[in-house]
Amino acid sequence: MAALPKPEFLYGLLAEFEEPDSLVEAAQKAYATGYRKMNGYTPFPIHGLSQALGQQPSRIPLATLIGGIVGGSAGYFMLYYASVISYPINVGGRPLHSWPAFIPITFEMTVLGAAFAAFFGMLALNGLPHPYHPLFNVPAFSLASRNRFFLCIQSGDSRFDVDQTRQFLEGLGASVYEVPP
Amino acid sequence: MSRSPHDEPAPAAFPPRRTDESPVIEPGHTYASVTDQISAIVLIRKTSRGWIFGFAVAFTLMMAFLFATAWLFAKGVGIWGTTIPVGWAFPIVNFVWWIGIGHAGTLISAVLLLLHQQWRTSINRFAEAMTLFAVSCAGLFPLLHLGRPWLFYWLLPYPNTMDLWPNFRSPLIWDAFAVTTYFTVSILFWYAGLIPDMATLRDRATGRVSRVVYGMMAMGWRGSAAHWSRYETAYLLLGGLATPLVASVHSIVGMDFAAAIVPGWHTTFSPPFFVAGAIFSGFAMVMTLMIPLRSAYGLQDFVTMRHLENMAKVILATGSMMAYGYIAEAFFSYYSGNQYERYLTINRALGPYAWSYWLLIACNIFAPQFLWFRAVRRNVPLLFLISLIVNVGMWLERFVIVVISLHRDFLPSSWRMYYPTIWDITHFVGSIGLFLTLLFLFIRLLPVISIFELRELVHKSREEA
Repeated sequence: MAALPKPEFLYGLLAEFEEPDSLVEAAQKAYATGYRKMNGYTPFPIHGLSQALGQQPSRIPLATLIGGIVGGSAGYFMLYYASVISYPINVGGRPLHSWPAFIPITFEMTVLGAAFAAFFGMLALNGLPHPYHPLFNVPAFSLASRNRFFLCIQSGDSRFDVDQTRQFLEGLGASVYEVPP
Repeated sequence: MSRSPHDEPAPAAFPPRRTDESPVIEPGHTYASVTDQISAIVLIRKTSRGWIFGFAVAFTLMMAFLFATAWLFAKGVGIWGTTIPVGWAFPIVNFVWWIGIGHAGTLISAVLLLLHQQWRTSINRFAEAMTLFAVSCAGLFPLLHLGRPWLFYWLLPYPNTMDLWPNFRSPLIWDAFAVTTYFTVSILFWYAGLIPDMATLRDRATGRVSRVVYGMMAMGWRGSAAHWSRYETAYLLLGGLATPLVASVHSIVGMDFAAAIVPGWHTTFSPPFFVAGAIFSGFAMVMTLMIPLRSAYGLQDFVTMRHLENMAKVILATGSMMAYGYIAEAFFSYYSGNQYERYLTINRALGPYAWSYWLLIACNIFAPQFLWFRAVRRNVPLLFLISLIVNVGMWLERFVIVVISLHRDFLPSSWRMYYPTIWDITHFVGSIGLFLTLLFLFIRLLPVISIFELRELVHKSREEA
């Protein structure tokens, strides 16, 4: 069995901070040190944290735009198909393709498509629902939804070393917990 | 004219305050204290006698609604007073009333979000819930009014053996689309706002059942930086989508009327007038509900006088728009030179339903004028009273529009008075019961104030200080 790689005993190391500013500072230092596989956990959105961790801007706006275009064009096509192709009724010679009357429903379908894309796109990109996560094994992590700010450096990171990383995090003034997988 | 909250300089996170103005959150709160205080309402506090009593009353009324509905299904719409020429009566009045109430929730949560109005934070969750429940009540009435309510799905386009499509050129079908879209988007917006708070409750819950249920609703939310970044973008976009939606929904309700040639309905100004009325009545309803709630649950630190005063200003502003609307309506009917339009205005003011018209003017135009005075805007019992009066006034407004226009139209030989029956009243009062039942359950089971946004508010007010 010695030939197998050493099993990873940890999901990562979790550092707890008391103030949002110290978390942002820690994230910047960790990124500068070269850590990449890490994430911050906070009770409310903190501006600048995502950038400090080197995360890409989200693709939600694009998903929403596409959802809106798909919803709107599908809605308009339905109206056109129903009124012109599937069930044309000649009412006193009025045009079958009466586009002004189609605008309200097209608008509603656009909003519906965009809203679905924004909501479900957010869930999908966030990987939710996600009932089990190693972080939930750390009792202190429940404070991430109250008044504590966490930084987790994952063991999958190429620079991760239990002792060194622990020293690095403790050097930032944080209490450090081990996260079992 | 009083400044509406929208005129305040928006971009700064916290606009500079006058020293005598109440804060949006009382000082001394920390991330932990707001979290514990709001989650305790759901998790720790015992169900109070007041809650049980209120719920019992609301539930009884809801049962009355269901009973009336069962009777309606058995006997048909003849149990109502609705009859030609007044083919749209209480059900449509109630529909428009409820959906108007719903609009304030979206306005508070979406429009004020886009305008960076910090004071929305403590009331948006509740207002959104109010929207959902009001739209639920609203949606039932047109369906019950269909005659054969069990065939309501004929309103939706679906492949069917009759090879038929709904008439997409009719505002009534637009309405079906608008209301269902509105309901769906409101649920998404509301639920999106709830996800981080469900995680908060999951982490605080002590009982196994509540931890599992809130945990399932939180869907594994961890509040990671990546989560929050996508979440905020999505939430802002949903707000941006809900804003034009709310205007479109009540515009389309306005078009239901405007597309008909009935005097008093056939006007181009119906859509904007309806939207202003919706905001007016919705804010009044938020106030009616928020004032007892904040004192029952000790939320005065979060729903401060600043909130009540701002809402009062919105009521005053939209009430002034309504006043302009009534004047414009009277002027246009005179200026149109159309004898039916002119007769309608005279019939409103002097006809058999004149009492409802003058009561409406008293409720919607005169009562809000007291809000010009700062002392009134800061007097909680008076605010509560005015908000109740406005709710009554807006119901009467829809009664005036629907019933007075229809009961005397073009041919005097077809004129007839409209009288509601006991079933009309049961359905109306019962729908209030349905609304309150849902609200009571919401108050007991979910956080009435957005917890994570309060934490953010604490953070911002600290940075400011």
